[in-house]
Amino acid sequence: MESDDEEIGAVTVAPSRPTKVDAKTMLQKRHREQAEAEETAVQEFQQKAFEEYGRGARVPVKTIKAKRLRENMKRMEGKFRDGALQAKAAELLLEETPGYLEAEGLEKTYHFTQKAIQQELDVGTAKKGFELKLPTFGPYCIDYSRTGTDLLIGGRKGHVAAFDWRASSLHTELQLNETIRDVKWLHNSQFFAVSQKKYVYIYDLKGIEIHCLKKHIEVTNMEFLPYHFLLATVGNAGYLKYQDTSTGNLVCELNTKMGTPSSMTQNPQNAILHVGHAKGIVTLWSPNVTTPLVKVLCHQGPVRAIAVDREGTYMATVGQESLVSIWDNRMYKKVHSYTTPAPAKSIHISDRGLLAVGWGSHTVVWKDAIRTKANSPYLQHHTPANAVEDVRFCPFEDVLGVGHAGGFESIIVPGSGEANFDALELNPFENKKQRQEAEVKMLLNKLQPEMISLDQNAIGKIDRRRPEEKDQESWQEAEKKRIDEKIKIKDRQRGKNSALRRYLRKTGKKNIIDEKRLKLEGLKEKRKRLAQGLAESKREELGPAVSRFYRPPAR
Amino acid sequence: MKVKTISRSSSTYVPQGTTSAPVPRNLNPVLHPFEKAREYTRALNATKLNRMFAKPFLGQLGNGHVDGVYSFAVDPNVLNRVASGSGDGVVKLWEMTDRSQIYAIKAHDGIVKDMCYNNDGMLLTCASDQKVKLWDNPSKLEENSSQNGTIPPVMTYLGTNSFNSITCHRYDNAFVTASSSIGVWDISRTKPTTTLSWGSDSITTVRFNPTETSILASAGTDRSLVFYDLRLSTPVTKLITTMCTNCISWNPMEPFNLAVGNEDHNAYIFDMRKLDKALNVLKDHVAAVMDICYSPTGQELVTGSYDRTLRLYSVREHGHSRDIYHTKRMQRIFSVAFTPDARYVLSGSDDGNIRLWRAKASERSHVRSTRERMKLEYDEALKKRYAHMPEIRRIARHRHIPSTIKKMSDTKRTELASIKRKDENRRKNERNMVARVPERQKIVLKSVQ
Repeated sequence: MESDDEEIGAVTVAPSRPTKVDAKTMLQKRHREQAEAEETAVQEFQQKAFEEYGRGARVPVKTIKAKRLRENMKRMEGKFRDGALQAKAAELLLEETPGYLEAEGLEKTYHFTQKAIQQELDVGTAKKGFELKLPTFGPYCIDYSRTGTDLLIGGRKGHVAAFDWRASSLHTELQLNETIRDVKWLHNSQFFAVSQKKYVYIYDLKGIEIHCLKKHIEVTNMEFLPYHFLLATVGNAGYLKYQDTSTGNLVCELNTKMGTPSSMTQNPQNAILHVGHAKGIVTLWSPNVTTPLVKVLCHQGPVRAIAVDREGTYMATVGQESLVSIWDNRMYKKVHSYTTPAPAKSIHISDRGLLAVGWGSHTVVWKDAIRTKANSPYLQHHTPANAVEDVRFCPFEDVLGVGHAGGFESIIVPGSGEANFDALELNPFENKKQRQEAEVKMLLNKLQPEMISLDQNAIGKIDRRRPEEKDQESWQEAEKKRIDEKIKIKDRQRGKNSALRRYLRKTGKKNIIDEKRLKLEGLKEKRKRLAQGLAESKREELGPAVSRFYRPPAR
Repeated sequence: MKVKTISRSSSTYVPQGTTSAPVPRNLNPVLHPFEKAREYTRALNATKLNRMFAKPFLGQLGNGHVDGVYSFAVDPNVLNRVASGSGDGVVKLWEMTDRSQIYAIKAHDGIVKDMCYNNDGMLLTCASDQKVKLWDNPSKLEENSSQNGTIPPVMTYLGTNSFNSITCHRYDNAFVTASSSIGVWDISRTKPTTTLSWGSDSITTVRFNPTETSILASAGTDRSLVFYDLRLSTPVTKLITTMCTNCISWNPMEPFNLAVGNEDHNAYIFDMRKLDKALNVLKDHVAAVMDICYSPTGQELVTGSYDRTLRLYSVREHGHSRDIYHTKRMQRIFSVAFTPDARYVLSGSDDGNIRLWRAKASERSHVRSTRERMKLEYDEALKKRYAHMPEIRRIARHRHIPSTIKKMSDTKRTELASIKRKDENRRKNERNMVARVPERQKIVLKSVQ
């Protein structure tokens, strides 16, 4: 047949009818596909589990030479792996789902008024949106307790009220007849701190004054670190003070050396305090180091408000130049920024990453605005003629509290709160017994102030410093030495494109003012002066008599 | 508009009519910050609590003996009875539950050197008065003792020399004594069936292997450790050590391994098959180890020493003791024993008292609720995980030690360091360097097949 075809030059054509496939192979194929799909689903699940619940990068176990250590590490890795998978699988048991607000058709979510939202909701939830008209003693600063059950409001002119906002029952109400700058709940809703005209006072739930902290003078901002039982305050004089509320000791006083601070917040993941200053700098503090851990130049003018998200990875700052900037805490780089029509007064990030900004008499809530840049707000709220003083999301609820000049308003922001709480950590429904037990547990597990560091998992890690470093030098000295060793820049005289300039340009991070940068800039200045034929520094130029009056230009 | 908010019904979270509130969990790591730091704090607290609860001394048995306590006999089949033998020839039987004396017999005229229970639960005692006596099962004796004051032995075996040690076969009616030679006896005969010896003129201790039942280990004053096989009635191996062995204890779970207490302040664990080096060297005592006993689990060891302290070792851990027990009045310890439930330790000392100790100093013996048990297990895991942290290690290791012991151990350390230094100096200047002897081989002088 073939040979015939060749002879006449014809080509055999594939049969046009599809080949008949028997049922068995079809079934096999289907089975195979199913198995593959299953496999990929399992892999995806595992991947997600390791990302969400894993304990960091996997240790390459096989490369470990010591047999006992290798087996140990292998077992630990196995445990972490199983733990992550089980935790992921346990997500099935979560009872609640987070809230949402979706626009249909031509609607926009930011056009929805509170009234409209409340009409759509059931009565119990709608009741969570309410207003307290307190025009006499405003503006009000506010604070929700850690479980979100209790609310504390403090009017500038001396009015303090603590109440269970869900049950709308008042715990206590105080008329202090002096200026109140900030209010803060302590470790549970049994005690709260109020920064008054001169000192900070601690009251209990009945409104009885328990302590007067005379070391904390003219405090403008307070933060409470619940796991360390530390009340951190910063006042007009620019001193950051940590008071241990379980023992009553003043842990440390740190001079920020930057004048009156304009704002303060804490990173909930590592208990580092972020303090905003009038020069536009945000400094990061731990009680163990007398100088700031990090200085970030965020704005041109004063930093009016700061917020850190729940994961501790992003920081939102408000500048006097009507800018709200989002920063990445891992690199201290700006992610993006938003403008507000007027400089905002207050900012807060909810558990699920919603950003609330209070400017003028407006409160604006942004969704998906931290990792990505959002084009339009999620919700807006207006309190006419009443400038917003403080905005705070309520933990574990879809509620935003707004303290303003004319009182307090609680507005409903669907999708803001964490739906599933962990009762062993924070329980909004705890009874008296549970609260007491939790308090004892908290005190037993109190973390020492020395444990506060930028890396929250530093404990248990191997200290890679050499013994002589550990013994003799402080952390700062070691760091300085390390930087000195690192900076080895050739002193090339010719041309503008020196190694130093290139280094400064390439490393970027213009906003981080650390030891290294100061050193490099000093070097740059020195060279510049040398090139101009001047003395090495301004001080030398002025001579010993006059140089002591010289102050280097402020940054 | 589509809207949903979180609305938790209080009936789910605060159910009416029950006392147990539900505990919803969310394992999201963000909700649990400071994981490491909090775990570390818990581990630190657990370690501190462990030390706070460390009260190892329970009390003494009855009023003890008039003379020093030189031997114990623990029947592995009976939990609550322990017999002890004293220097004045008195043997006493003790009820462990209320630490009371059941009866006392004036068994011998000399020191009761050693005793053991045979497979029928009958007690064999040997003494320096050249006699071995067999006593009836305690339950029968109790009946007798209530009738009249004196109890006669079932059998008396006469030897030619003072007996130092006695051990019973696990299943047969045979027992072995140690004096100038090793005598193998049948319980029904008055003369030894076989006599074994290899070199030494005085044998201090002899022990049957409880698992490989015909293997016998003996130690003599000529620094020898000899193994016999009774199936052939011949010695198998002989190990010459640098110093004399005082006591032997076979591991009840690992048939080949045995621990020996040595005159050189250390205890050694040997594998019977490989006697060229010790499996482990257990240090820390500052005087000769007088008695040694494995726990029934084979995981723990207790040693009693001439330095008036007891030490407990975890066999699988490193070669230092995990705990030291001492009291102000306790004199030189000549006998130690683990109770068959592995939870208590007995010590008999020169002062005539028998002291009862907890094997784990901070453990309590009450029935635990699930919650308590889980907490203890969690604490144990935490302690293990953070054991290397300096603060935790310091607290876990800290012990109050008598000043004499402290001083002696300091002196000993200095002496050993000096010996080592001298050795190193010698090596530096010697022409042909000799290889360093590992610590585990130092004890072994020679092993003879």
